[in-house]
Amino acid sequence: MSNFTSSVEVPAGLHLPIYMDNHATTSVDPRVLEAMMPYFSVKFGNAASRNHSFGWEAEAAVEAAREQIARLIGATAKEIIFTSGATESNNLAIKGIAEMYRERGNHIITQVTEHKAVLDTCKRLEKYGYRVTYLPVKADGLIDLEDLKRAMDDKTILVSIMAANNEIGVLQPIAEIGKLCHEKNVLFHTDAVQAVGKVPVDVIADNIDVLSLSGHKIYGPKGVGALYVRRRNPRVQIAAQIDGGGHERGMRSGTLNVPGIVGLGKACEIAQQEMKSEAEYLTALRDGLKNKLESALDYVHVNGSMEHHLPGNLNMSFVYVEGESLLMGINDVAVSSGSACTSATLEPSYVLKALGLGDDVAHSSIRFGLGRFNTQLEVDYVAAKVIDVVKHLRQLSPLYEMVQDGIDLTKIQWAAH
Amino acid sequence: MSEHRGFPRGRMVHMAYSDRVIDHYNNPRNVGQLDKTSTEVGTGLVGAPECGDVMRLQIRVNPETQVIEEARFKTFGCGSAIASSSLATEWIKGRTVDDALGIKNTDIVKELSLPPVKIHCSVLAEDAIRAAIGDWKKKNGVGEAAETATATAQ
Repeated sequence: MSNFTSSVEVPAGLHLPIYMDNHATTSVDPRVLEAMMPYFSVKFGNAASRNHSFGWEAEAAVEAAREQIARLIGATAKEIIFTSGATESNNLAIKGIAEMYRERGNHIITQVTEHKAVLDTCKRLEKYGYRVTYLPVKADGLIDLEDLKRAMDDKTILVSIMAANNEIGVLQPIAEIGKLCHEKNVLFHTDAVQAVGKVPVDVIADNIDVLSLSGHKIYGPKGVGALYVRRRNPRVQIAAQIDGGGHERGMRSGTLNVPGIVGLGKACEIAQQEMKSEAEYLTALRDGLKNKLESALDYVHVNGSMEHHLPGNLNMSFVYVEGESLLMGINDVAVSSGSACTSATLEPSYVLKALGLGDDVAHSSIRFGLGRFNTQLEVDYVAAKVIDVVKHLRQLSPLYEMVQDGIDLTKIQWAAH
Repeated sequence: MSEHRGFPRGRMVHMAYSDRVIDHYNNPRNVGQLDKTSTEVGTGLVGAPECGDVMRLQIRVNPETQVIEEARFKTFGCGSAIASSSLATEWIKGRTVDDALGIKNTDIVKELSLPPVKIHCSVLAEDAIRAAIGDWKKKNGVGEAAETATATAQ
């Protein structure tokens, strides 16, 4: 009765599989790769070699990249420190500030839907005697600025709040947070990995003191990232977490990843030139996908505020369908699920739970991450496929049937296992 | 815009679902519902939405022979959970109630080549069989003693 073979046709010109998981990582832009190539071969010098042309050439490339990155976020080149990626940037920012400002205080404020690179760093600092406040988020995924105000005390040294969330794409009010921090003389760090290059971020206008960014989320290479560290009003000091040759003004030792840095610089330059048109393009694709899914299916739920949202993100719960089974049905499309079954811990997404969603709704969620290289043809196919598979799985779902029959699922005595 | 953008891509390599799991996912056996008010029908509803797995398994038992003549299921859960319950309905159909109670979750694991993280799906399927048979026994006044005896005999 339920012999299911998807009836969705693959139109001419559509290449499978489709990559729609651009919050996890992005494909390197061909223009970025082209810029990087010489730095693997003929221009292989160490940027720290001061006494020959190989070194000078590499150093010049690094400084050009520093400029490109600084320009994208409204900083100056000297304020950019290269790292291995955003995880390192977040660790360096939070641990480096905690260590440097220990005399002034030991209180850090963050929020519950941060990336683990921030949350786990804060947890480690708690073991060393720091006090951390984890602000809650509202149902739309945004923090309440009043909560932030209330959490600040005379021991608060740092507020770390992300610019855009990696799962639900919600944009936190970083300009307001920055303003508040500066009024209270507290440093403001933002993990802007998902926001930089996608939406305007300006460290001056937004009062950001320290900012983490990464190459591979913006069509650059993996293994390279940067940390913006403000030099004026105030001059931020960071204790190095990696000791060695004193590279990067002593804040981050280690031979610079020149090809990676060149790629990151080029990726930032392209992002700056194309951000506006790309945001419009992705918003149109995303809204089209959302409208198609919402008009064809009942019991769909959009997670996170759509008003304060990244252009390419759509996080949706297809209630009464378990996320991993949905992924299995759309196996020629690469997306992510908040379902426990897809995680190592068998726990559903902590971000979705923080919005107050029940575990059952969290288990049903899919994250679509649209990017520069996605096309309308791909979106149309993905929408048709998701609709087809959700309908199939709802025929198999006892929960969907019960709800159709008017049964209140919350009244059932479930035997949790 | 119909042309492909960016670099050409290779094929996507897939999570290790066995062919049998994929077959049951694509062609689930015995999907549906039996009249749960009928005395011949036993219903088992196991799992919880919060855990990401709910199985409903139903049997219609011939009162003369105690043979399970029909089995139906519906499952909310991952592909392995769907496959485990689909397989369970296939296996219990045509067996006597006592015989069906002999089906072990490890048999399901073996048949579907389930990896360790999916063993709970097979456990749930075994629970669903037991719950459906238990419901039928309760409705029909089949004694607990008989069940205990069967369990010991296994």
